[in-house]
Amino acid sequence: MKYETVIGLEVHLQLKTKTKAFCGCAIDFGQPPNSNVCPVCLGFPGTLPVYNKEALNYAIKVALAFDCQIQEHTKFDRKNYFYPDLPKNYQISQYDLPLSRQGHMMITSKDAPKRIGITRIHLEEDAGKLIHEADASLVDFNRTGIPLLEIVSEPDLSSPQEAFDYLTGLKSIVEYLDVSDCDMEKGSLRCDANISLRPEGAKELGVKTELKNMNSFKGVKDALVFEVSRQTELLQSNQAMVQETRLWDADGGRTIVMRSKEGAKDYRYFPDPDLAVFIIDQPMIAKIKSALPELPQEKLRRFVRDYSLTEYDAGILVSSKGDAEFSEACIQKYQGHDKKIMVNWLIGPLLSEANSRKVKLHELKLDKNELLSLIGLVEKQEISLLSAKSVLTQAIDTQKPVQVLIKEGNLSQISNTDLLQQIIETVIAENTKSVDDFKAGKTNALMFLVGQVMKKSAGKANPKIVSDLINRRLS
Amino acid sequence: MSIDKETVKHIAHLARIELQPNELEKLSLQLHDILGFIDKISGLDIDKVSPTSHILPVSNVLRDDYPHVSLPAEKALENAPSKKGNFFSVPKIIE
Ligand SMILES: [Zn+2]
Repeated sequence: MKYETVIGLEVHLQLKTKTKAFCGCAIDFGQPPNSNVCPVCLGFPGTLPVYNKEALNYAIKVALAFDCQIQEHTKFDRKNYFYPDLPKNYQISQYDLPLSRQGHMMITSKDAPKRIGITRIHLEEDAGKLIHEADASLVDFNRTGIPLLEIVSEPDLSSPQEAFDYLTGLKSIVEYLDVSDCDMEKGSLRCDANISLRPEGAKELGVKTELKNMNSFKGVKDALVFEVSRQTELLQSNQAMVQETRLWDADGGRTIVMRSKEGAKDYRYFPDPDLAVFIIDQPMIAKIKSALPELPQEKLRRFVRDYSLTEYDAGILVSSKGDAEFSEACIQKYQGHDKKIMVNWLIGPLLSEANSRKVKLHELKLDKNELLSLIGLVEKQEISLLSAKSVLTQAIDTQKPVQVLIKEGNLSQISNTDLLQQIIETVIAENTKSVDDFKAGKTNALMFLVGQVMKKSAGKANPKIVSDLINRRLS
Repeated sequence: MSIDKETVKHIAHLARIELQPNELEKLSLQLHDILGFIDKISGLDIDKVSPTSHILPVSNVLRDDYPHVSLPAEKALENAPSKKGNFFSVPKIIE
């Protein structure tokens, strides 16, 4: 039997406000343990939480960016459970009246757009951090109370790759909004996945597994790939699937069952009496909406329209906000009429420089004006494209001006016909067979001869002029 | 609505309190009375009453995103039954 995969993701985002969700403790990573804490976030009796205005603003931005319906009436609830990283013994979260519902995000699947539903985006707070030692667990409450958003997707994702693409798209949108660092390795973005299989075409969902402990987008994808094959094997051998939580073991490349906490989950949600409700009216939504920045999808369409980019090229450039801004600045500064030339530089040599250095395009240490002058020199045929690429690498490595690098490397393209003529004579003398071939009408032979001249000139000869000269010399 | 002893035991466990048999007896009776009292609501016509999650007529109580001075770590840890360096220390949690 053939099975289809059903995946839903739960993403937790830390909002990068200056202070925590319900108290004025600074959010400042890398501080000594328990130094950003106060009676409110330590859950002392008699304290009153007051929600952070900026966090609400950020949350509404995110909800709008995912086309969610903002609920006019929203409130906080208490989710009750005991765990040492939770000083109040409840987490302030949202239950039946979340901030927003019914959003969606577009991904590309098999070259076609696919809509991924977002069930809800709600507000909550982070817990503390536990460090396990041999004989005790140590608790740091600095992270306790950092505002979180939980983004719950519909089970609309049908493959590990789609899950990966959804996360990449989600991160890109949130980065554009500038409301979270979205760094999975640092924990500012966390993702749990629900995955089940069902016979192809079936309506009902199969028994699901909840996956935790992934700390990169690739980890999420790898864990899902592993689960697809594990579940397929179980189903094909008619073994019963159990609903369980499994942890991704990145080193072992497998998921392992998590020892279930005793008893079923019983969080006894109830409205937090310490926190008044929120009424989010249309004027407030309109105000935030009007201040939303251009989002990746809109930017992509505009790049395609204004700069005649292909969707594919535009997609590469807009995936990171910094890269999109850098690219657009370069394209606008470029004076040539065919913007495609600049785009090719960006997604060609520049992107490969960025990739080999494991940085983003806009993080390359390269002055835009230097890039423009380099491209200009290639266009004026003062330097070959090949040499230009090596100048680019050096310019990024040394931050020297390209003119200096060209001079130092003696890389100016040879367009001087006298000089070229000399090299051509040598090449003709050394390659009589090819000369004969050329005279016999084999055009490949010309390419070969030009290649030989290029080689002798250490790549500095202007190939177009060389070709013309040989043509004239031999005809 | 009545409440059986098993439910009371379960609630006690969720709240991490240990009950002696006589306390279980006593609390079960008290909870039974409380729930009976709340049951009176089901006899009322509440069709025209909208659900209330909060009794105060206030909304949108927010604070500016401006940092205050946090507690010094030694102050935060002052009442901790057990600590190690700047950390609170608890019995080992096994995941
Ligand atoms: Zn605090």
